[in-house]
Amino acid sequence: MRKGRVWKYGDDVNTDVIFPGKYTYTPMEPPEMAQHALEDLDPEFAKKVKLGDVIVAGKNFGCGSSREQAASCLKFAGIQAVIAKSFARIFFRNAINQGLPVIQCQEAVDSLGMGDEVTIDFSQGKISGKAGEFKFPRLPDSVLGIVEAGGLIEYTKQKITSRES
Amino acid sequence: MGATFSEKILGKKAGEVVTVSPDFILSHDNSAAISQEFAKLGVEKIKNPDKLVIILDHVVPASAEKYALNHKLIREFVSQQGISNFFDIHHGICHQVFHEAGFALPGKLILGADSHTTSYGALGAFSAGIGRTEVACLWATDEIWLRVPETFRIEIQGGYAAGTFAKDLILRIIGDLGADCANYLAVEFTGAGAQNMSLAERLVLSNMAAEMGAKNGYFEPNQMVLDYLEGRAQLEFEPIFSDPDAVYERTFTFDLSDLEPQVACPHTVDNVKPIHEVAGIPIHQVLIGTCTNGRFEDLEVAAGILKNRKIHPSVRVLVIPASRQEYLRALKAGLLEVLSEAGCVILNPGCGPCLGAHQGILAPGETALSTANRNFRGRMGSRESAIYLASPATAAASALTGKIMDPREYL
Repeated sequence: MRKGRVWKYGDDVNTDVIFPGKYTYTPMEPPEMAQHALEDLDPEFAKKVKLGDVIVAGKNFGCGSSREQAASCLKFAGIQAVIAKSFARIFFRNAINQGLPVIQCQEAVDSLGMGDEVTIDFSQGKISGKAGEFKFPRLPDSVLGIVEAGGLIEYTKQKITSRES
Repeated sequence: MGATFSEKILGKKAGEVVTVSPDFILSHDNSAAISQEFAKLGVEKIKNPDKLVIILDHVVPASAEKYALNHKLIREFVSQQGISNFFDIHHGICHQVFHEAGFALPGKLILGADSHTTSYGALGAFSAGIGRTEVACLWATDEIWLRVPETFRIEIQGGYAAGTFAKDLILRIIGDLGADCANYLAVEFTGAGAQNMSLAERLVLSNMAAEMGAKNGYFEPNQMVLDYLEGRAQLEFEPIFSDPDAVYERTFTFDLSDLEPQVACPHTVDNVKPIHEVAGIPIHQVLIGTCTNGRFEDLEVAAGILKNRKIHPSVRVLVIPASRQEYLRALKAGLLEVLSEAGCVILNPGCGPCLGAHQGILAPGETALSTANRNFRGRMGSRESAIYLASPATAAASALTGKIMDPREYL
């Protein structure tokens, strides 16, 4: 459990403002990807984000392109989780596959504000802060294994190894 | 109780999770990045290389050394892995080339590392976008988990009102229902209005189903689709249809006959207004092309409006046929001549400036009117630019006046 500050945004935060298309087809290392995170939504974010911070947003977070960097750039920027009212389908998958926890919790989104400090307890499914405590449901079993393995690459490696042995 | 198309093809009821093996796996300029993820898995060979379809389209030809390197890595990987379905930079946009080359087939399961993979629902396939790491793992294991989606049915009635097209319809649907209305869901386009649509029109709707958040956007394949696939299909196929008593999450009805031209305003696709509310807004650039509206039929409509006229001196007009086949059709029909005479810049088939990488980037303070599918802030260049989305007819009419213009004035 780590304390983190909230970066609060609205509905329909799309993949283009999370990670602009002009960077999508060039090979890029994680630190550079982190520098472009949320570039077209909040130019201050990449400069000021700290390890363990949390993004809190409205409905349909991550809508738009299938670009995986929209999830990985947030992880590389140090974000420990994204809390939203809902997630776009492909972003949801990408985040799980990159080991970036995504939490659907409308109550927390309505109550948390920019700069609030929160602690997330994944084993208890609980977000706590000054604004109160918020429960969130655990992920479906079908995807929990991927998160527990640390992402889809590790999960798949384990699967391949267990089949070979 | 009957089953929907999605339930039938995935073999389970909505809400269940299935492990499936797709018929084809699409990727494009992101194939180098996928190959790097693939390398992490410690598997030497792709399990089923004949399922891969790789089409270079996003930044073609390479406009800078970094893009050239990206393409080079892909070509080397293709050769090393023996991938036969590789389409280099001269073919066109993946979502056009994929069906031209006969990979988009009724009743087939297609997954792609691109959100607009939904396009092939136009031919009766189940096709959905996924992420890069998932594609890398698919290359290695040939299996993936999918949740069987519930389905929205969108019933289309009536015939087109003058000056309106499939693009106006889908913008109206997205404007009315919202950009996340079909998140995690499947969409089926039905009704007489849908059955009467040409393949080009169906592709506009299925392509933009992604902008409703949908997993796929299906049309029942009819004789027109089967004729198109004659001599083109890469595999034998069996169309799959929803049962008459299938259970739908919701049904919506839209009537084509009371439609007027629609425009999606900055910076979301569901910020849609009828043309009379936005006519007169000055624009600096027009883009006619993309996987949504770069086909022969689209260029034909634009050329019909621009014939023997000149574009307004304050506007740049970029025309990008969706593929080399569509380019050749337009060339032979004299459409490219008409468009060039009018003052349009004809670019090579590809994604062009739609995703903001090259070929017509917007400066701060500039406004574009595009026939593409997305108008997110900064997508075509500067964060301080704006994008409006409309049909090729509205785009052509606006090119003549340098302002957003109702195409019905030029019919």
